[in-house]
Amino acid sequence: MEFGFTIAAYAVAAVLFILSLGGLSGQESAKRAVWYGIVGMAIAVVATLFGPGQGLGVVSVVLIALGAGVGYQLATKVQMTQMPELVAIMHSLVGLAAVFVGFNADIMINNMESLFAANALVLGATEEGSFTAIGLPKEVYEGLSSFGQLIAKKSQVEINILKVELVLGIWIGAVTFTGSVIAYGKLAGKVDSSATKLPGGHLLNAGAAALSLIFTIMYLGGSGSWTLVLLTILALFIGYHLIMGIGGADMPVVVSMLNSYSGWAAAAIGFSLGNDLLIVVGALVGSSGAILSYIMCKAMNRSFVSVILGGFGGPAGEQMAVEGEQVAIEADGVATALNEADSVIIIPGYGMAVAQAQTGVAELVKKLRAKGKTVRFAIHPVAGRLPGHMNVLLAEAKVPYDIVMEMDEINDDFPNTDVAIVIGSNDIVNPAAQDDPNSPIAGMPVLECWKAKQVFVSKRGQGTGYSGIENPLFFKDNTRMFYGDAKASLDKLLPMIE
Amino acid sequence: MKIGTPKEIFEGEARVAMTPDSALQLQKLGHECVVETGAGEKAGFSDAAYKEAGVEVVKTAAALWKAADIVAKVRVPSDAEMKRLRDGQTLISFFSPVADEAKMKAAADKGATVVAMEMIPRISRAQKMDALSSMANIAGYRAVIEAGNNFGRFFTGQITAAGKVPPAKVLVVGAGVAGLAAIGTSTSLGAITYAFDVRPEVAEQVESMGAEFVYLDFEEEQQDGAATGGYAAVSSPEFREAQLAKFRELAPEVDIVITTALIPNREAPELWTEDMVKAMKPGSVVVDLAAEKGGNCKLTVMDEKIVTDNGVTIIGYTDFPSRMATQSSSLYSTNIRHLLTDLTPEKDGVVNHNMEDDVIRGATIAHGKEVTFPPPPPKVAAIAAAPKKEAPKELTAEEKRAAEIEAFKLQTRNQVGLLAIGGGLLLAVGLVAPASFMQHFIVFILAVFIGFQVIWNVAHSLHTPLMAVTNAISSIIILGALIQIGSSSLLITLLSALAIFMASINIFGGFLVTRRMLAMFQKS
Repeated sequence: MEFGFTIAAYAVAAVLFILSLGGLSGQESAKRAVWYGIVGMAIAVVATLFGPGQGLGVVSVVLIALGAGVGYQLATKVQMTQMPELVAIMHSLVGLAAVFVGFNADIMINNMESLFAANALVLGATEEGSFTAIGLPKEVYEGLSSFGQLIAKKSQVEINILKVELVLGIWIGAVTFTGSVIAYGKLAGKVDSSATKLPGGHLLNAGAAALSLIFTIMYLGGSGSWTLVLLTILALFIGYHLIMGIGGADMPVVVSMLNSYSGWAAAAIGFSLGNDLLIVVGALVGSSGAILSYIMCKAMNRSFVSVILGGFGGPAGEQMAVEGEQVAIEADGVATALNEADSVIIIPGYGMAVAQAQTGVAELVKKLRAKGKTVRFAIHPVAGRLPGHMNVLLAEAKVPYDIVMEMDEINDDFPNTDVAIVIGSNDIVNPAAQDDPNSPIAGMPVLECWKAKQVFVSKRGQGTGYSGIENPLFFKDNTRMFYGDAKASLDKLLPMIE
Repeated sequence: MKIGTPKEIFEGEARVAMTPDSALQLQKLGHECVVETGAGEKAGFSDAAYKEAGVEVVKTAAALWKAADIVAKVRVPSDAEMKRLRDGQTLISFFSPVADEAKMKAAADKGATVVAMEMIPRISRAQKMDALSSMANIAGYRAVIEAGNNFGRFFTGQITAAGKVPPAKVLVVGAGVAGLAAIGTSTSLGAITYAFDVRPEVAEQVESMGAEFVYLDFEEEQQDGAATGGYAAVSSPEFREAQLAKFRELAPEVDIVITTALIPNREAPELWTEDMVKAMKPGSVVVDLAAEKGGNCKLTVMDEKIVTDNGVTIIGYTDFPSRMATQSSSLYSTNIRHLLTDLTPEKDGVVNHNMEDDVIRGATIAHGKEVTFPPPPPKVAAIAAAPKKEAPKELTAEEKRAAEIEAFKLQTRNQVGLLAIGGGLLLAVGLVAPASFMQHFIVFILAVFIGFQVIWNVAHSLHTPLMAVTNAISSIIILGALIQIGSSSLLITLLSALAIFMASINIFGGFLVTRRMLAMFQKS
């Protein structure tokens, strides 16, 4: 098939990918949007498979089929509460693939160099007064793979740019890989989710980054592939250490950041391979992740840098002491209040996801709504461990999405609300963010649930949230603590709502 | 204390301030009761009934005034009665501090205490003693009945074998207590009822009674009735004109007009003018409940019923409550009883005239040899004043324009700045990079640009699906591996194979998971 046809197919695929992302602006159009993405991907893969320079087509198809099997298993087995882990681990795959492809490019360049040497030529040499590279003899050139041909045509400047691109691709890919693995570990509870750093902290990262830069220059200077290997190891370390230093509460930012990185890595590889579709899609994914990170940071009123540099910054001064005591309540008290209430707002958080309580919550909402009460959900932008995490969980539990509100839509309604129920969230309902200028989360927009007439907090125990900050909400006069596992608590509560 | 009620000596007054029922209640407060013989006769309460309720019956008014520490009656005392009022005695009755100023001063000079029923403040706590309201309620009801009595047709529309009867149209002017009672009575008789009031906030009450509120096309901000103790205030001449114009428009249509417009301590405003009466159909009826204060219609003759040349009946009775004496006596006596309950907080028959109490202070017009009118403003507002809605500051067209231009300029500056920086960087790259790189670079820049434009529109709730989709499509890296796998080098083939495998996991996993998630989003 003609090369031009492949390019045309890529153009179609690129358009489909853009439509796919654009379609996610609404729940209904999103269902169509996924199909655009699937078709785009299919076109791109098929066009490449039958495009020029492709060898081992059968092996490729078999490998794709194998991957499809594993992917299917993963996607169908996963619990919706484990969605953050799944997304994180899948990012790591893209990162690793980028590293491999980048290394391949380097090996190819080395092969080319030896091939040129065998033909008594120098790779990238140019004719006097011209930018066009002196190519290989025609018969040798014809025997090369398409990527080999691409390199063979390049001049020295182009080769250097190619090297920069593949270094970038490998470096970002490697950071994405370890970063995503650690993020997965933290989300899955396999790695301690608190912010931990090796001695040296950020200096260690900075040092590793500086060393990477030195190795890059050495690599460009022709020091050989060992520099590339070392550089990769450094990048792997940075990815590991960077994410280890970020606390669990910042995971929404981390995951979207890694998403962005995997896109940039793909774009960089696209440059080195001269593949426009890779560049387009990489750039789309990269900018998408960047915007998501920005939105998440904005929701926490923190700069991107401070999130990346890890953990909540230390308190700027003496934090306000919390006065009063936490008053516990039993299920029957909550039930009485709910039976009497006209308007209820539920604020879910990561704790709901951990306890798998979303179906119980949905059941509660159904019962309350059947009695003609106004029940709504207030979703903080960083609730959960993934952007939009709570929306997905509630959707799974068949909560209609039109009663699920964003923070800005619902924050003004709390004073007119009879009962606010906080299920497994902590920092996003912490009044200290508004009241205490010395609080580590000062200035972060929070859901003002304490303005409701009565607040119930479903919580496992008296511990603090991920940020480790005391929450004055729990001590307020109109707050009652409903201790226990969220799911068990709801199971107790449900039969009492009549 | 001894509470006494004399026989009303005002001509035509049939009400009485104490009934056997209220006397029983008063005795529970520790008081003794005494009435003049025949006091309740016109209201249907015999001396025997009083005696049965444990009330002492005395033969003469003089004896009663002498015996009683507190005299409760309906009408303002006559001159003869004023003479009987003595030092230390308390008088409870209707007593207008403006119209009967001389009597008020005389009572104060004597050292008597006068509690005027008109002056009971209009606060929620005092509603149980608000005799004006209870009497107005009766007046409103009776006004409709009187109108019906003088109106030659049905109120309700009927289609009978003997022909069609159109429903009567009733206009009630003034939606106070009397007006609302009239509206209720009129609608329940089946008439089409319109109502008007200068206080637009009562429109809701009017409509709740089943009448239609007559709105004026008038822009002026009308005074909230809450500021004047729940009563209407004097309206501006412009407003009055608009109001009269509306009435002129209605006059030929309506069959019955009931006017109840009163402004405290003032002459009744003229609302139904002579030309309106002339415009009315023969057989129509006007009931003027404000006749005592001069009437809302200038043709009204106080205490009389007249018929105009064009056959319109105008009723100017002032004794509507008295015409239903049994009912009004029992309500009035209950008002008095509630007042005495407040005056006797210990229920021990000892009156504690607490001048600190808003209600008692407001109603007392003479106490301790002094005139105590007018009272200081009550501490509790009659009706919670409607909080002024803070209208969002209306920007003038110029200000808006200026703000828009300012925002536009800022945006332009930002955009131009970013474009300049971005363009400069791009040019700098272009200086060193070869054309083959720049071709791809343009694609990259455009793709980033499109990405930014598109992603901002993604709904917040779809951020997780967005991440899953972008994750799936970022496995486009598989293309690179697919191109490389055909290489002659075994290492390259191996690495590519691994990359293909991993990327395809991502493709399928990512898209499937996204579909699963989106399938769950549902609308109720």
